[in-house]
Amino acid sequence: MAELIRVKNLRTSFFTPDGEVKAVDGVSFDIGEGKTLGLVGESGCGKSVTALSILRLVPSPPGRVVGGEIFYRGRDLLKLKGEAMRKIRGNEISMIFQEPMTSLNPVFTIGNQIGEAIRLHQGLGKKETREKTIEMLRLVKIADPESRIDDYPHQLSGGMRQRVMIAMALSCHPSLLIADEPTTALDVTIQAQILELIKELQERLGMSLLLITHDLGVVAEQADEVAIMYAGKVVERANAKAIFNRPLHPYTVGLLNSLPGVSGHKKKRLEAIPGMVPSPLELPGGCRFRDRCPKAAGICAEAEPELVEKDKDHGVSCYFA
Amino acid sequence: MIQSPFWRAVRRNPLTLFGAVVVLILFVIALAAPYLSIRDPYSIDADAVLEAPSLRHPFGTDELGRDVFSRVIYGSRISLWVGFVSVGIALVIGTFLGSMAGYYGGWVDGLLMRFVDVMLCFPTFFLILAVIAFLEPNIGTIMAIIGLTGWMGVCRLVRAEFLSLKERDFVQSARALGVGNVRIIVRHILPNSLTPVMISAILGIAGAILTESALSFLGIGVQPPTPSWGNILTSGKDNIQIAWWLSLFPGLAILVTVLSYNLLGEGLRDALDPRLRGSR
Repeated sequence: MAELIRVKNLRTSFFTPDGEVKAVDGVSFDIGEGKTLGLVGESGCGKSVTALSILRLVPSPPGRVVGGEIFYRGRDLLKLKGEAMRKIRGNEISMIFQEPMTSLNPVFTIGNQIGEAIRLHQGLGKKETREKTIEMLRLVKIADPESRIDDYPHQLSGGMRQRVMIAMALSCHPSLLIADEPTTALDVTIQAQILELIKELQERLGMSLLLITHDLGVVAEQADEVAIMYAGKVVERANAKAIFNRPLHPYTVGLLNSLPGVSGHKKKRLEAIPGMVPSPLELPGGCRFRDRCPKAAGICAEAEPELVEKDKDHGVSCYFA
Repeated sequence: MIQSPFWRAVRRNPLTLFGAVVVLILFVIALAAPYLSIRDPYSIDADAVLEAPSLRHPFGTDELGRDVFSRVIYGSRISLWVGFVSVGIALVIGTFLGSMAGYYGGWVDGLLMRFVDVMLCFPTFFLILAVIAFLEPNIGTIMAIIGLTGWMGVCRLVRAEFLSLKERDFVQSARALGVGNVRIIVRHILPNSLTPVMISAILGIAGAILTESALSFLGIGVQPPTPSWGNILTSGKDNIQIAWWLSLFPGLAILVTVLSYNLLGEGLRDALDPRLRGSR
């Protein structure tokens, strides 16, 4: 399996008046050509910041990538100049966002906005751009693309807008698509359609996908590999099957236990993970999960556990896994 | 059509329509001045000095026997010209500096906003008087100076719009598609920030017309014999006890024009941008 992108020990911090917030603190993963990595975690654990760091779009100030390497096809994205990085964005790596309702510019037609990406990276003429735009709208299954192309965003529903966002993101055939909670803002039936669409397009175009979500159900559907994040760190990393069948980290176990079961055996109550995510300004020393962990012991407070391979291709950072 | 912003403004405040109609009529008058004016506004008639309004001279004549009606009509050209050009200058400067400050933030913002503060410290009218003392007073100088001293409000408005718009999702998503800074500013943020700018421009036109009239009245604006409402008023002042028409008609013209622009601008502002209500 050829790897497309390798993120190594990525660290991104926000420098606030109250101190340094280590939003991403030593995250490593890689994604193979055509594969899907599901990046899972609670709100605020650093999933989105990881994605923005890859595209070098972390708002600065106050944010800054303070360490690590991001190799994309052998080039370190963190060392690229501004202009070179802009050619990567949209063209090689694209991103779709959580909120389709606000991610389109209200004063331009959708055709105009999809066309912008095409013109920018491919330098096509007016007529070809329009043809390509209609083709993209057809690809994301918008009915009647010839007339929809002249619609303004407010004339479309949330699901259709997310389709338009996908069309924009894919218009230059990127090799990697980053989808940051692409279905969170949509209702359930539309969610399934959009995920199905992303999966289908991924196979058709042969691109890799970094799927950011807090929905383990979505991950089970779509991901080949899964990385579980907690408080800025990857705590467990394995293929999707292993995560669901043999979770090793207590946090992963907790997440899975907090899902309502669909199989026959009846559980009395859903189990919640006790406690709260620690404030990123005052992370506890040692293991970050220890205050909420059922297995916590003395050693957990002394040093932070490293991510080590317990099984083949199954990494976990816990002394008791 | 009934849902368009303009008609929404009219429904909230019918005076907006009055303002719009008068503004439109003033445009027509200015454009059609050569056809509407019944006499040459420059021709001197020593036999008809300071004649009261009559059929021959609806607004009377001035101390050189020139037809006041024609001079007021031609004066509307000056007023509109000054209003639009000087506000245009202010818009260009204010929008450019405001978008730089709002988009780039940091020290760029700090520097530009302190510059705005400094500019606002000067009482504008006296600044204009001081500058004119060194320059030849003609219509070009007037327009340039009113524009150069009137951009600070626009600058602050544009900056505020940029500060909020640059954080919006569609700007972020444009960036993720590889769109560069200049394109993001010009294409994605600017068109979304135009409403308050346009409204302040309409209100600014009223202010500029008033300033030009005041300068011409003081004799340091548009110079005679070119007719301007301000300099017609000057001769009105000199002859106020014997020729009331010389003060009344240009005065009314200024009043109606400024009032109309203000009614139009404030009506639109109330309908389109509730945040700005009550501000100038």
